[in-house]
Amino acid sequence: MESQFPIIQIMNEQGCIVRSEYREQITKELVMTMYRHLIRTRMFDRKCISLQRQGRIGTYVPYEGQEACQVGSALALRDGDWMFPTYRDHGAMMTFGRSLTQTLLYWKGRTEGCIPPEGRKIVPPSVPIATQIPHAAGTAYAEKRKGTKNAVIVYFGDGATSEGDFHEGLNFASVFNVPVVFFNQNNQYAISVPITRQMKSKTIAQKAMAYDIPGIRIDGNDIFVVYFETQQALERARNGRGPTLIEAVTWRYGAHTTSDDPSKYRDQEESKRRRETADPIKRMERFMQQEGWWDEKWANQVQEEASVEIEQAVAEMERYPKANPADMFDYVFAQPTWTIAEQKNAYFQWKRGIEG
Amino acid sequence: MRTAVNTKTLTLVQAVNDALRTMLKEREDVILLGEDIGKNGGVFRATEGLQEEFGEDRVIDTPLSEAGFTGAAIGMAINGLRPVVEIQFLGFIYPAYEQIMTHAARMRARTMGHFTVPMVIRAPYGAGVRAPEIHSDSTEALFTHMPGIKVVCPSTPYDAKGLLIAAIEDPDPVLFLEPMRSYRAFREDVPEGKYTVEIGKGKKLREGGDVTVIAWGAMVPVAVKAAESAEKKGIQADVIDLRTLYPLDKDIIADSVQKTGRTVIVQEAHATGGLANDILAVINDTSFLYQKAPVERVTGFDVPVPFFAYEDDYLPTPQRVLHAIEKAVNF
Ligand SMILES: Cc1ncc(C[n+]2csc(CCOP(=O)(O)OP(=O)(O)O)c2C)c(N)n1
Ligand SMILES: [Mg+2]
Repeated sequence: MESQFPIIQIMNEQGCIVRSEYREQITKELVMTMYRHLIRTRMFDRKCISLQRQGRIGTYVPYEGQEACQVGSALALRDGDWMFPTYRDHGAMMTFGRSLTQTLLYWKGRTEGCIPPEGRKIVPPSVPIATQIPHAAGTAYAEKRKGTKNAVIVYFGDGATSEGDFHEGLNFASVFNVPVVFFNQNNQYAISVPITRQMKSKTIAQKAMAYDIPGIRIDGNDIFVVYFETQQALERARNGRGPTLIEAVTWRYGAHTTSDDPSKYRDQEESKRRRETADPIKRMERFMQQEGWWDEKWANQVQEEASVEIEQAVAEMERYPKANPADMFDYVFAQPTWTIAEQKNAYFQWKRGIEG
Repeated sequence: MRTAVNTKTLTLVQAVNDALRTMLKEREDVILLGEDIGKNGGVFRATEGLQEEFGEDRVIDTPLSEAGFTGAAIGMAINGLRPVVEIQFLGFIYPAYEQIMTHAARMRARTMGHFTVPMVIRAPYGAGVRAPEIHSDSTEALFTHMPGIKVVCPSTPYDAKGLLIAAIEDPDPVLFLEPMRSYRAFREDVPEGKYTVEIGKGKKLREGGDVTVIAWGAMVPVAVKAAESAEKKGIQADVIDLRTLYPLDKDIIADSVQKTGRTVIVQEAHATGGLANDILAVINDTSFLYQKAPVERVTGFDVPVPFFAYEDDYLPTPQRVLHAIEKAVNF
């Protein structure tokens, strides 16, 4: 199966283009946009870890190492497309238009963090594994029925492919030939469980065969292959040619969440080694250097801009009005039921009583 | 008579670990399954060290598939094993709901006792630890409603160990709910080796003649605090830790409420369809004529368990319970 589903690259670890047919499409402008997002996404992630350590946000899910998957695939989307992320995909969400402040609010335990940005169809991250996959198939069904050219992307991890919802979602999408891209980030671990224990299959892409849809296996740390393969899958979807499963092979450098200790289950040297040899950002820098597009001053400026944006978002998060407990009662139904209305009244009456 | 039993001072989560270790040692047929329970020792460390000690074929890191490993455990249980599965958080049990409701709970009835499912499903539950979304559910009533599965919920390390051992030895499926918020809240002396706490029996934590306060799991410390505050106001409360949620300990409830005539039930879960309503039914059926005041219920609200920024408003607090105690007493 590995030979049937080889890992495809456009840019190798040294930052060289290995598929020349893409040469012309890789413009300096595209590369600069990608790089800007990669840097912003990585810096944001590191900031969140430090905010969590200082108790300024709650448990946080880092994605460092997976930026090329998230940025590359999100940049391939068009304005009218839909995104169904997991808890680890705020890199993709922010690239597609979710604000940094909202992302921070989500991790601060605020419902406002789930509100989609104006005009953007970004569904809140799914926390229960794989549950968003059938939703994506259904949303794609609706787009097809409406006769639009919009497509849907849904993210999930390697572990998620063990849940029934993964198979049910792929089957549904395949039977009804709907415009959806199943974007798998195979970071090779589901918390502590390595992929070799998760499945006997050698690849995730091969699971597409069972549903008779295209299955593609790519180097998830090569932003070019992520971008172009996602774009092509989205094009197929828009043109009525149905779903695609993309397996992007990658690695998370850090912990599963800020509550996790990865040294319990894997050798930290492996992450160190991958940082050196396969980092998505370093690879992009090598490419830019070889191209003669690398400009130290510009790169510093990119970092500076990201840092300003991040600091502003943090300040905004911390200035945000206090959580309003009425919010938990007010959005359960279009019209609150008498149970909710009575409970809300009684609670606020009591609260006013004790607060004097 | 046994004397001078050695004890260890353990937290609730350590007591769970100790119970599992005790039973893995005691019975060859005991087998553990779940996500991240092996090498990682569980995300809460409830199974720490057990795979090392008992091997990968008895402490199994399963694929990420609650329906899959719960269903497989049912198959193991009908074929002579005693599986104990861990659901990482109660909020992630729903993929396994079908397996539990239509198979684990019904196998004995469907086969007139020819196939049985002696398995335990462990799950940390509840809010109050600032966890991300969906990690804070307390949906015990979804399971107490279903005949054929027992539901147990300890609040102390001693009870956690004794009840978990009893659950593993029970001939029927048991859902074992562990109050995540109490996992490391305090330590207590726990006997070494094997002992059981009887399933179906509650425990009186405080004696008082004025009012009965009934709670379970993570709400027990809340009820106790409220009772302590009430005492300062001259109100003496009986506090009952139910420990088993199905079947309810009818006698301990009836005895107490017949004495006090006033009751407050503290439930973390949503009000509608909650276990408090079944307790109310027990009071109605056994002790109607003894009642001096309407039974008060202090519960979570009929809203999905909110994001953590709102959880202090969602969760019953000692103040809210005290308010209900005073209402019942002053009726
Ligand atoms: C239904 C369900 N079961 C268990 C969990 C707990 N959990 C959270 S993340 C995770 C591992 C997911 O692994 P993978 O799909 O590879 O995604 P990754 O976290 O690596 O991005 C588990 C078991 C959950 N969130 N939902
Ligand atoms: Mg993974």
